[in-house]
Amino acid sequence: MAKQYFALRDHFRESRLVNDRLIFAAIFVGILFTIVMVRLAILQVVEHDHFSSLSDRNRVDIEPLAPQRGLIYDRNGVVLAENIPVFRLALIPEKVSDMEGSLQGLADLFAMTDDEQQEIKQQVKKQRRRFEPLIIRQRLTEQEVAIFSVNRHRFEGVDVVGRLIRHYPQGNLFAHTVGYVGRINEREQQWIDQKNYQGTLHIGKTGVEKYYEGLLHGQVGYRQVENNVQGRIVRELESVPSVAGEDLFLYLDAKLQQVAFDALGEFNGSIVALDPKTGGVLAMVSKPDFDPNLFVSGISIKDYALLRDSTDRPLFDRALRGHYPPGSTLKPFVALAGLELGVIHQGSKTFCPGWFSLPGKEHRYRCWKKHGHGQVALKDAISQSCDVYFYDLATALGIDRIHGFLDLFGFGRRSEVDVPSESKGLSPSRQWKRANRDQVWYPGETVISGIGQGFNQTTPIQLAHATAILAMRGIKKTPQVVLAQRSPGEQELQLLPTTRVETLPIINDQHWQAVIDSMVEVVHGVRGTARHIGKNLPFKMAGKTGTAQVFGIKQDEKYNADEIDKKLHDHALFIAFAPADDPEFVVAVVVENGGGGSKVAAPIARKMIDQYFGLSANE
Amino acid sequence: MSSLINDRQYPQRRSLTKALTLIHIDALLLLGLLTLLAVGLMILYSAGDQDSALLMRQLIRMGTAFIVLFVLAQIHPDRMRDASYWLYGVGLILLIAVLVFGHEGKGAQRWLDLGFFRFQPSELMKLAVPLLVATYLAERPLPPTFIRLLMGLVIIIVPSLLIAKQPDLGTALLIASSGLIVLFLSGIRWRIILGFITVCAAALPVLWYVMHDYQRDRVLTLLNPESDPLGKGYHIIQSKIAIGSGGLFGRGWLEGTQSHLAFLPERSTDFIFAVIAEEFGLIGVALILILFLLLAGRGLFIASQAQTSFARLLAGSISLTFLVYVFVNVGMVTGLLPVVGVPLPLVSYGGTSMVTLLAGFGILMSIHTHRRMMSP
Repeated sequence: MAKQYFALRDHFRESRLVNDRLIFAAIFVGILFTIVMVRLAILQVVEHDHFSSLSDRNRVDIEPLAPQRGLIYDRNGVVLAENIPVFRLALIPEKVSDMEGSLQGLADLFAMTDDEQQEIKQQVKKQRRRFEPLIIRQRLTEQEVAIFSVNRHRFEGVDVVGRLIRHYPQGNLFAHTVGYVGRINEREQQWIDQKNYQGTLHIGKTGVEKYYEGLLHGQVGYRQVENNVQGRIVRELESVPSVAGEDLFLYLDAKLQQVAFDALGEFNGSIVALDPKTGGVLAMVSKPDFDPNLFVSGISIKDYALLRDSTDRPLFDRALRGHYPPGSTLKPFVALAGLELGVIHQGSKTFCPGWFSLPGKEHRYRCWKKHGHGQVALKDAISQSCDVYFYDLATALGIDRIHGFLDLFGFGRRSEVDVPSESKGLSPSRQWKRANRDQVWYPGETVISGIGQGFNQTTPIQLAHATAILAMRGIKKTPQVVLAQRSPGEQELQLLPTTRVETLPIINDQHWQAVIDSMVEVVHGVRGTARHIGKNLPFKMAGKTGTAQVFGIKQDEKYNADEIDKKLHDHALFIAFAPADDPEFVVAVVVENGGGGSKVAAPIARKMIDQYFGLSANE
Repeated sequence: MSSLINDRQYPQRRSLTKALTLIHIDALLLLGLLTLLAVGLMILYSAGDQDSALLMRQLIRMGTAFIVLFVLAQIHPDRMRDASYWLYGVGLILLIAVLVFGHEGKGAQRWLDLGFFRFQPSELMKLAVPLLVATYLAERPLPPTFIRLLMGLVIIIVPSLLIAKQPDLGTALLIASSGLIVLFLSGIRWRIILGFITVCAAALPVLWYVMHDYQRDRVLTLLNPESDPLGKGYHIIQSKIAIGSGGLFGRGWLEGTQSHLAFLPERSTDFIFAVIAEEFGLIGVALILILFLLLAGRGLFIASQAQTSFARLLAGSISLTFLVYVFVNVGMVTGLLPVVGVPLPLVSYGGTSMVTLLAGFGILMSIHTHRRMMSP
């Protein structure tokens, strides 16, 4: 039957038909494969660079290696800021074979609460990258580290890991000056060098930590790693180690700082001590204080609220930002202005009846001594702090000449010490009052400016700086906290560029001598306001007491410390330098609401001189 | 008995080729296949993260497949023609069985667990469909009548629908195309072909409606892979990155980062072509594609030299379908076609398709080496 059909077939025609179709199909296939080749050529040649970079982005990750922050030492090598390891318990999920049992064991070991256990279990479950360590317990105590170490063999995949954090071993002592580091915030994120701070969590927030951020931070390193699709590092391609920050050595003396700190006691206030020859800051205290360590790993809301809302404002750096009327501590500078501008000379006398009035005016400006000093010349005017002498002198000088002269000593200017956020203080002038208050200057305002009251505002660093200029007879050196730096791995200290030096245009050495002599008289004279601190000194020191009114006392009203609120007590001030003829040490003391400068502030200065010069306590 | 005839036809043949012909093996096809399989193993070694156990399994599959090839090459094409109805019938029953008792893997019912080994009936259909269509059409003079054409279509569509329902759209389309190629080669009129294409175009919306969600997603992803880089578009994006970053010369063997760092999914199976492109560059893929074209070209030559219409149709269909596999896979990996899950023939890791493909080449060899001994 089959043969019947085949007999009818034209095999030649059929094979030609199929072969034509085969040729057609071959051509069609040729076209399809040409399209594929064109597509491949576009991907692999034309767009090769594009896909290459996509491929690298897929796999290559740059891991920053954060540099170790430079340490901070005092002048004698006492550590003020260091990096200490904190220990944490880390668990690598994929390495733990018996998760349930391990967690139970850890819970027993560390006496974890049920809530803590539950939270850890949640975290373990959520962890996507099973090979990355999960921190299950923060800040282990040394005891906990020891307990775990003994039991470590029981916990596969669990280990203690260390991390360095900033620590201030001196605690509150250098809270304002050295400052502290904290987590980088959004605002800082704007200006920092993003590249160098990859991997860095902390940045200097205040004090030296902030000012010298650039030196302390160091140079970031990096590790170029190849990742697979889960983000696990497969190999390291290239690495550049980080460079630790510079260690800093300060002029500050931890022992002296401690003395100043203790001497202020419960008072609020500030002390700044300088080495007048170098401008180096030997001590800088602001009270009340706080513990800078609180800020390092994020201060709790409660602790912060406590510091922020305290009416004593412990976070406020009084040494650089506290505005105080200089009171009588301004008198030596006004006296020097009088001498230099020829308004007075050493021997010229003024009669002090206990008060001063401007010609044709009723108002009486009182001297602190109710019945007056009688005839006073320069030496007594300073040593006994006669107000009337300076009312008279100020009136004769006029406010603009006083302002111009005080400007030379840095009043109303930043001292430019190497600690951030210093404020300018205020040394008033006619121009200042017109510009800022839109008022004319009244002659009466000149009178009280002569004794450092009225608009005058100084900061403790300013006061110390001005005293140093006076002590050095016109050689002006910018105060500086940091003495030297040391590069990582090196022994040699490298001094920081020397502070800016200027010499004031006062050439008559007799004028310097006269003022300094009268300041010596403050401490060593029989009627000097600070004579009680002048005993048992192997050298002469110079000083000036000051008492700054916090609020005005009405005409003829007696200031009675017992009757007024402590907050309204006078501020006690004292400036001093020693030895008087070859000064090595300058100090400015401000004790808020301390009362009189001679009673409260002067003894603090003496304690510091004793410490600095290694004298036994004066009895 | 055949040596006499062959000697007459090719007096210049070398002895090895002659010896191979005696055992019904075509020397050129064998050479091409061995080259491709060797290259495939080398690439699989790289794509499979240098897993020698994986390589061993693939080698065992190749061995099995070669046995099937050898056995089929010994069978006279006429015996295949005689068996075609039976094979098709058994295949259909198995396909229905899969839908009823099938073993589920990755959300699709494709496997039939026979205890000692798992078997995909759709693989059987890859050969059974073109075999039956060729047998059926060659029963009468070509070109076929319209009625026979429709019958041919029914032979094609029934198993295709069953496979598409598993659901395995890729295989269904490949099986349908292997049957349609036979229809095309049988010389049906161009008018009918154009009409058929028009009907298919009109059927596209209907197809869209019948498709499973994941299949629709794949089509949508193809149109705009970047729209969902972590989800649906991930395969295509990573595959294009691998291919593009290979450049002209490639990163070198075992140096492909996309594949070794596991960014490229399914890199030892469906996306192995991207590994070739990454490691060997445009030159490498061009050589591989030329190797595929040479193999299929030899198959088309065998078809043109075949002595019966049945053999011509079958050989043509096997050769062209082989190229369709390559085209669909490469098109998918390069983002020209949707991700339909078709492996790169003879290179991708995987069992059943290796056996089916080499069985196809066995049939080609049988057709070529049994000439002159076939019934009139």
